[in-house]
Amino acid sequence: MQNPLTNFTAVPDGASPAEAAATFPMGSRLRWLLSADVLAPIVVGVGVLVLWEVGVRLTNTPPYILPGPLLVLQTLVSEWGTLFPSLMITLQITLVAFVAAVVTGLAIAILFTQSKWIERSFFPYAVILQTTPIVAIAPLIILWVRQLVQGQQATFISLTICAWIVAFFPILSNTTLGLNSADHNLLNLFQLYKANRWQTLRYLRLPSALPYFLGGLRISGGLALIGAVVAEFVAGTGGTRSGIAYQILISSFNLQIPRMFAALLMTTGLGVAIFVALTLLSDLLLRDWHESAIKREN
Amino acid sequence: MTPSSTFSLSNVSKVYSNGTVALQDLNLAVNDGQFVSLLGPSGCGKSTVLRIVAGLGHMSSGQLSWSHQANRRMAFVFQEAALMPWATVQNNVRLPLKLSGMGKAASNAAVAEALEMVDLTGFESSYPRELSGGMKMRVSIARALVTKPEVLLMDEPFGALDEMTRSKLNSDLLNLWQQKQWTVVFVTHNIYEAVYLSNRVIVMAARPGRVVADVPIDAPYPRTEDFRTSAMFNHYCRDISARLSQAASHHLQDNASSVRSPNVVDSLV
Repeated sequence: MQNPLTNFTAVPDGASPAEAAATFPMGSRLRWLLSADVLAPIVVGVGVLVLWEVGVRLTNTPPYILPGPLLVLQTLVSEWGTLFPSLMITLQITLVAFVAAVVTGLAIAILFTQSKWIERSFFPYAVILQTTPIVAIAPLIILWVRQLVQGQQATFISLTICAWIVAFFPILSNTTLGLNSADHNLLNLFQLYKANRWQTLRYLRLPSALPYFLGGLRISGGLALIGAVVAEFVAGTGGTRSGIAYQILISSFNLQIPRMFAALLMTTGLGVAIFVALTLLSDLLLRDWHESAIKREN
Repeated sequence: MTPSSTFSLSNVSKVYSNGTVALQDLNLAVNDGQFVSLLGPSGCGKSTVLRIVAGLGHMSSGQLSWSHQANRRMAFVFQEAALMPWATVQNNVRLPLKLSGMGKAASNAAVAEALEMVDLTGFESSYPRELSGGMKMRVSIARALVTKPEVLLMDEPFGALDEMTRSKLNSDLLNLWQQKQWTVVFVTHNIYEAVYLSNRVIVMAARPGRVVADVPIDAPYPRTEDFRTSAMFNHYCRDISARLSQAASHHLQDNASSVRSPNVVDSLV
């Protein structure tokens, strides 16, 4: 147990903890930039890049085997005009699939917790959907969608379905776990006060599931991108609406290895950006109460 | 059932699906305004009794009957504070009113009053993680009081707290009880706590869970800290302690004789 006195000293003169934190944001940000958490990986990263560049130059490795980081960067700038639109197409597929995964994952998880029978009957098939390799079923999905939809839309829809299949499961399984993890004493309390199903869901199960759901979101964000890229590889679509994976594929066929690296760099950057955005969202939503988002001084 | 009794349990038994007999033929009538403690070792079914009274558990046989209205306003306090970590103190206390469909504006006065009763005015916007164990328990009690209950069921509410916080909360609870005249059923395994608080201590024994003694504590209220060191207090504690160990030794003898009995050995083979 904490000393009750510390609780009184934590809120001096009626200032809320939030106000207290707001009085030194600049200092703490600077300290954050200089902290070991930030500096250590930067030092490692720069060190590896320098070694890579020096190694490539000393061994005279031709660029079609391994380009140096400087050449990759140059290529990224010069090819930006063709690579960036492709990245945007992949991003579009990723986002649509991700949103679809969030909506369906959440809805099915809620359905599962409302009836044990529904969960028992359908959960195994959700697992099967997850464990089936997307590379193997992507051609089928592309084939089927082309039967149903004509033209450019067909590719977009089939790629989105592939990415959705990969992204959907972590949200479903995490949210189901979260909805079932509500404190049993609180569940009893809701029962005692005769809360209905909707109230129990709205005021107890959903808030309890939020940290789990957000954890699933972070995994799914990255998986949606991977799903989109894998499906693009399988589809191998050319034309005006080709994604970044197609650019990687074409570059490797043409032995434009620096261009391939540049496209790869962009894809990775996008994946990291998605992860960072979802982590920030998670911290924002949980900062008031959840252990994962609370900074403690020891 | 006497005319003034709030509820009574008659011949209540509870057997779990694995065969464990949690309660056997339990009879208990609690009167309006009484402060009754259920005291016993762990596994004697005292929490089970409380859950049955609250409607949270089912009995295998027997009857629970309530006097007056069919539905008394009940509140339950758990051993853990069981607060919603995502909600402020204010919103945790508001929960029962919210579940009954009362709007925010309408419930504000009741929430403020409940927080004042437990001395937590000023902490409305704090989150549970910012509070100490004792303060969390106060929030939990305020949440129980916000509906203005007639019957307060408490399941070892101070069991997880340190001794000083516990005795402070004991006397605060007693003061509130004297003002409001609730009927309180208080589960504990602490003899001193039971004697200090209650005007009636129900001593229970385990395997199977049953009532072994019903001890009235005839000390006047208000009970001050001096009561804790008085001869009368000691007398009651010694008496109840003797009854507890008597029940425990009976249980051991029963076991010893049953093991020696040839029938039991036969049935085991």
